[in-house]
Amino acid sequence: MDRVKINVNGADFEVDAGQNVLSACRSIGVEIPFFCYHERLKVAGSCRMCLVSVGTPARDRKTGEVVKNEDGSVKIAWLPKPSIACGTNVSEGMHVVTDSDAIRQCRGSILEFLLLNHPLDCPICDKAGECKLQEYANAYGNGVSRYCESKNVKPKRREVAGKIILDSERCILCSRCVRFCEEVIGRPIFGFTKRGSKTEISVYPGGDNDSNYLLNAVDICPVGALTEKAFRFQMRAWFLRTARSISPESSAGVNTTVWTREGRIYRVTPRDNEFVNDSWMSDSGRYFHIGRGARLSGARLDSSACDLPYAIDRCVEILRLSNFAIVASAFQTVEEMFLLKALAKAAGAPVYMVSHLGEDDGFLVSADKTPNLRGAFVTGLISEYPPDNLSALAEKIDSGEIKTVLCFDEDLKSLGLGSAHFKKANVIFCSSVENSSAVGAKVCVPLEGEMEKGGIWINRQFRMQRFEAVVERPKWAASAVEFLSQLLCRIGGADFETPDVGLLRSVIAERVPQLKGCADIPDCGTLIDASAFAGVKFPEKAAFKFDPASVGANGG
Amino acid sequence: MAIVVERKRLNFFERLYLPQIVSGLIITLKNLFRPKVTLSYPDQRPTLPDGYRGGPTLVKDSQGRQKCVSCQLCEFVCPSKAIRVTPGSIDPDGEYFYIEKAPKEFQINMLRCIFCGMCEEVCPEKAIVLQDEFTFAAQSREEMIFDKQRLYEAGGTLPDKIMKWKRVKDNADLERDSH
Ligand code: SF4
Ligand code: SF4
Ligand code: SF4
Ligand code: FES
Repeated sequence: MDRVKINVNGADFEVDAGQNVLSACRSIGVEIPFFCYHERLKVAGSCRMCLVSVGTPARDRKTGEVVKNEDGSVKIAWLPKPSIACGTNVSEGMHVVTDSDAIRQCRGSILEFLLLNHPLDCPICDKAGECKLQEYANAYGNGVSRYCESKNVKPKRREVAGKIILDSERCILCSRCVRFCEEVIGRPIFGFTKRGSKTEISVYPGGDNDSNYLLNAVDICPVGALTEKAFRFQMRAWFLRTARSISPESSAGVNTTVWTREGRIYRVTPRDNEFVNDSWMSDSGRYFHIGRGARLSGARLDSSACDLPYAIDRCVEILRLSNFAIVASAFQTVEEMFLLKALAKAAGAPVYMVSHLGEDDGFLVSADKTPNLRGAFVTGLISEYPPDNLSALAEKIDSGEIKTVLCFDEDLKSLGLGSAHFKKANVIFCSSVENSSAVGAKVCVPLEGEMEKGGIWINRQFRMQRFEAVVERPKWAASAVEFLSQLLCRIGGADFETPDVGLLRSVIAERVPQLKGCADIPDCGTLIDASAFAGVKFPEKAAFKFDPASVGANGG
Repeated sequence: MAIVVERKRLNFFERLYLPQIVSGLIITLKNLFRPKVTLSYPDQRPTLPDGYRGGPTLVKDSQGRQKCVSCQLCEFVCPSKAIRVTPGSIDPDGEYFYIEKAPKEFQINMLRCIFCGMCEEVCPEKAIVLQDEFTFAAQSREEMIFDKQRLYEAGGTLPDKIMKWKRVKDNADLERDSH
């Protein structure tokens, strides 16, 4: 990319050409306050918070030559008024001043304007603690108000589409939400009504204002004008810890941040990844963890509770006894799948999987409703796209070929196995959630849930991404990786040691050529070589940052 | 390194013992006839100075409105982590619907509280006030965790000139129905 030389506050820097002054200054660590600019949206230039002084090398009108000062330095033609940094592109030799008295005064005055009619709502405002207006008022504001008239009154506590609470008084008219809906959702939902200081953010009354991506407007609203109804008055932002996670909603592999306090999940927000989801995520993905069903909350043997180590001993015994089949789940991490593959190989056990298909919205919810089916291909668990039921396994049980089923997560009874199969074969059910498989199972092993483990998932682009544990695993649940390594050691066939996940990853990196870099994945994930799976027919449609035709063709 | 302190040897007069007892008794007798400076606590209660920091309480304003809006700043600032606020919503049909937020539950663990007054200082609503009560006794630890009701009972009403939430403009014309 082209580079240009600019001068910021008297120091020379080289930055990428073609960007605006705001992002150029950010890239060199010079902070310019802003409200309306958003790197994933078009520039609106409506808040004027980002004012800076800009000058370019002066040129002679006739000859077009650069004018020099007496001392030989280039003469800078400063623009007489400050310019908005978000709407000005950098050019060669540009001079920018971000910290002069004049600019500080600009910022103070802009904040004074914004705060004229702003309510004193911070104590009851959900944005407090992460509000740009609060932060900038503190950093650049005048500290006092000269306004003694009564403030404008605007509608408060209005519901939008049943999931957003809109407070027009807090709106600073930055139009981020308006632009988001027009540019990303593709349909205007928010808009401004009235004029002057009475301008209000509003939605069309009675219209269909819903979209599965609407809550992104809450994330990008710099103030508390748009707040999430489900998170309303739940917890202050400053009490919440964050963890880097991935949405298990579908194979899109949307990057998320999960906000927790004391082991309770309060909200899920998108995490910026320019290769996967930009700054967006679906609303359904935000609440995915809530609808996961009851936890399998303790080890069980023949439906009566027992100790976890005892249950694991019984598993090993049963698995040693006879031929078993494995039913893997695409919610398992690459690490678990790798261990499972080693187990299958050692015991000669066939592996079954099922596909969970649903609607593909062509954006960030894909047709495959599992996060890591690609991982099963890459680790070698399966080589063909799995069917949506387990009738093949049912036949094998009927014929007596399979005597034991080691099942992860899947709800066997809804996938073609009846009570007769549960009688004929011993089912070992390992999962974090309770379902019909647990009812007739010989042994139930409670495992940690998706939010309690860290690992690697491979999304629809064949991009491997790592996520970390959000909350602590309950004491009664087993870590899936530990459980599988135990099985592997005791049933035999482990020709590597798996004392911890880090070491396990380096083993994987050595043995699976596509996963070479898996011990050290950058934040944006790594695209892996998918040429081996070019023949597989995946159901995902072309979508945001995803072209099914290019997968496999790109070769990594 | 250990420091050795030499013990002074008593001289003959000191070793006589009785003169020391007598001189002690003289001091006792003198004080017997001086004016009393102690209080017979708990029968007599001390007069507390202004700004005394006793146990924290929650107060109502002069119109009887419960002032706390559950902003959780006191919970954040409390150095001994004695406060726990569970925020909640105000009934949209109630009188103070426009304040929107109030605590669902508010607990102060008086065993943890160190009466530092940070919560009072940080409160943007002047809703939490350290008042005069300084003796807390209970049969169990649980009883020492004061809940919202108990804190409001202890706090009572505090006359307050600033009426931050009093409505000056009537915006009843702005309908609050949802879209
Ligand atoms: S939007 Fe920001 S400044 Fe305004 S009330 Fe909310 S937290 Fe305070
Ligand atoms: S509601 Fe928020 S995002 Fe929308 S214009 Fe107002 S301040 Fe900006
Ligand atoms: S007492 Fe004051 S600081 Fe504490 S939650 Fe209530 S309003 Fe906030
Ligand atoms: S960020 Fe530049 S005008 Fe708003």
